[in-house]
Amino acid sequence: MRFHLKMSRLSLLVLTCFLPLTTVSASEPVVVYGKKIVTATGKTYMDGIVICVDGKIQAVGSPDEFNVPGNAKVIRGEVVLPGLVDVRTCVGLSGILNFEHDSDQLESSSPLQPELRAIDAYNPREELVAYIRNYGVTTVHTGHAPGELISGQTMIVKTVGDTVESALMVDGRAIAVTLAEASTKSGKASPGTRGKQMAMLRSLLIEAREYSAKVAKKAAAKESAASEPDKEGKEKSKADEPVARNLKLEVLSEVLSGKKALLITADRAQDIASAIRLAEEFKIPLWLDSASDAHWMIPQLKAAGVTVLLHPSMARASGEKENLSFQTASKLREAGIPFAIQGGFEPYVPKVRVVLFEAAIAAAHGLSFEDAVESITLSPAKILGIQDRVGSIAVGKDADLAIYDGDPFEYTTHCTGVVIDGIVVSSDSQ
Amino acid sequence: MQRAATASIAIGFCHCDSMPQLYGRPVQPEPTHPEPTIQAWVNAKLVPVDLPQVSDGVLITSGGKIIAVGTKADVKIPAGAVVVDAKGKWIMPGLVCTHSHIGGFGAADSSGPIQPGVRILDSLNVRDAGFRRALAGGLTTLNVMPGSGHLISGQTVYCKLRYHGSSPRVVDEILIRDKDGKSLGGLKMANGTNSQGDAPFPGTRGKSAYLVREQYIKAREYHAKVVAAGGDESKLPPRDLNLECLVEAMQGKRIVHHHTHRHDDIITVIRLSQEFGFQTVLHHVSDGWKVAKEIAAAKLPCSIIVLDSPGGKLEAKDLLFKNGKVLDEAGVRVAFHTDDWITDSRLFMRSAALAVRAGMNRAKAIDGLTLAGAEMLGLGDRIGSLTVGKDADFAILSGDPLSVYTRVLETWVEGKKAFDLSIPEDQLYAEGGVNAGSDLDPFLCCYAPAWQGGAK
Repeated sequence: MRFHLKMSRLSLLVLTCFLPLTTVSASEPVVVYGKKIVTATGKTYMDGIVICVDGKIQAVGSPDEFNVPGNAKVIRGEVVLPGLVDVRTCVGLSGILNFEHDSDQLESSSPLQPELRAIDAYNPREELVAYIRNYGVTTVHTGHAPGELISGQTMIVKTVGDTVESALMVDGRAIAVTLAEASTKSGKASPGTRGKQMAMLRSLLIEAREYSAKVAKKAAAKESAASEPDKEGKEKSKADEPVARNLKLEVLSEVLSGKKALLITADRAQDIASAIRLAEEFKIPLWLDSASDAHWMIPQLKAAGVTVLLHPSMARASGEKENLSFQTASKLREAGIPFAIQGGFEPYVPKVRVVLFEAAIAAAHGLSFEDAVESITLSPAKILGIQDRVGSIAVGKDADLAIYDGDPFEYTTHCTGVVIDGIVVSSDSQ
Repeated sequence: MQRAATASIAIGFCHCDSMPQLYGRPVQPEPTHPEPTIQAWVNAKLVPVDLPQVSDGVLITSGGKIIAVGTKADVKIPAGAVVVDAKGKWIMPGLVCTHSHIGGFGAADSSGPIQPGVRILDSLNVRDAGFRRALAGGLTTLNVMPGSGHLISGQTVYCKLRYHGSSPRVVDEILIRDKDGKSLGGLKMANGTNSQGDAPFPGTRGKSAYLVREQYIKAREYHAKVVAAGGDESKLPPRDLNLECLVEAMQGKRIVHHHTHRHDDIITVIRLSQEFGFQTVLHHVSDGWKVAKEIAAAKLPCSIIVLDSPGGKLEAKDLLFKNGKVLDEAGVRVAFHTDDWITDSRLFMRSAALAVRAGMNRAKAIDGLTLAGAEMLGLGDRIGSLTVGKDADFAILSGDPLSVYTRVLETWVEGKKAFDLSIPEDQLYAEGGVNAGSDLDPFLCCYAPAWQGGAK
């Protein structure tokens, strides 16, 4: 895979000419020199270079292999990583002040609201979005928080943009389900028990299955009516009549068809088992969120082909998370279970967690440096299905980079630069 | 094995007619430790805190106290000492956390905003797994605090983590006492939004300060009556546990540990402490960097918290990593705290490291984990540094205390090992895993560490 190397000035020019002109920004090229460039694709370049043109990575490798655009903005750093990807956060819906006015991550009026969209709740100008960006986080999978049986949808955004539309990568990526304590109600309200939670979820998914069957049947009938123009006009109009839209069931139909992911927050081993049971009944791939007891369920997770969005390493070891372990990430890696380390949701402080810091703790407890980098770059990008755009430093991908003045995981290292879509969005030392 | 061997040496040591003279101070056997043993760690990288770092260090303890600290050339190892080669390891004083909630949020209840007479030691769960996790983080001394949902939340308690072998069974075993046997602690106060609420709690900052002033004035009058009685019991006012405690604070017998975040609230604490003369440590101090000069002028030390991001509430929205640097450079004494469970005690060193990330002097940051905190608890003469005569409380580390990759290998409290990463039970508290959060001793019959395949 060295086709992009050894480019002459001419070929660089040609390549530049053929780049699509759809990029909104007409930004100057950015060239990043790094003593160590960790691409997250398995290749690390010492004394390397990344060339970003028109928002994309145009070249990565050794500086003597490329001609650097003359008008480029130059950044130098010790270690360059792909822009970090947080696989599960609520930033932008949950604000810095933690007041009613800036807290839109959880709607408690009903336990089952898959119809709530994250795009309608996200504040792209939230201070904490900029805060995590300054440490190198360039993409987040954010949305409704754990706390209701179905709390709503999630989405994927870049950590830039003045409007949600300009930040958006994927709308409605998953629906967020919470099992056990956090979504259990007291008194006469439901769900009051684990059994009731599962019954409610199963009932709704069965309803969604019937709804989507009805919609499909109607669509087929309409199609066959259209192909038979001789039929009576009366019958035809009946076939035209659409199934009344039901936003709740519509969204769950998309989960059943695999268009949206089912994200289930569960910490206790028994709740993890319930999540697996549910996913298997409805044949839905499972994103297991938080999963404190995952280290206790390795064979089951492996057998069921579960993907784990692992709790922050520094999450509090109390309540349902009392069994969490700093070693879980390395255990999942060893077992070959796909996982990424998340920033997660904090109802109090720290109001947002920085995935860089969380991966650092895993790196200090058994996960290799490369695997720790992957757990917050390529791995979350693959899980989220956006690996063609972000997650590694590779030609053609979005020019999202995080630059550090030392080992990114060391407490005393600084993030000295952040590039998103080829634009330098931070050059402070953080 | 080692214990048996060292015991015989200890007996020999006790029977010496003249004590070895190390570092110019005669060694006295500690009465509470009937079997003193001389133990020496050599070739260590020593961080004494009150003296510069030593790379070829020797630390010698006996009878629960430090009896020698220095370089290999300076310190003579007494005959019969148990010598441990600590090559490649760092040894630093046991960490002191000036603000912890391990053992439960005890003391005042929600019946009212001012309850100085209530003691947290009466509600402490000594078997809380958090104490064992704190040891895994290298901590040896904690100030366990009530609050902060009250203006005055009650009396705090200073604990020494004497978890040697099996857990202490009662709280008395972890108390720190003065020479008269009285357990030591401070007084927790708070202002800002945590201590506000519906009546009888104050609804505003003005009312908060008024309610506190009113109580201290009452306490002053109460004390005047006690003094006027001149020891005549018939003339004494009825005993009032609340006012008695506030009198202790005004007399400097009980340090006030004051929760405060916003710049104006910090200034209010300075104003009140000057009006009533109570000795104060400012806690959290999120906006400290905005009023560092004023804090320095008032000569109040700060025990600060470091969090991964600002916010969570309005008064903490400007809490930044640079707080330690700005305060220190303004001349304020700075300690860190965990506020455990806010920060897990196993990550306490990280707080200092993040302050260094934002520019704080390295030595000052390490002081903030140890000696500064000890002094803020009024225990600076007993703990907080590797100093001859102080308690033999220390942590043995695999490397630099400010590196993410460093592990606490052992934690020693008063000359006895209280945490050892190589022991599965202790490893469980250090790493987490099944039963690590349990209040009870882990049930090891069924336990295998998570990284060895989980419970069997």
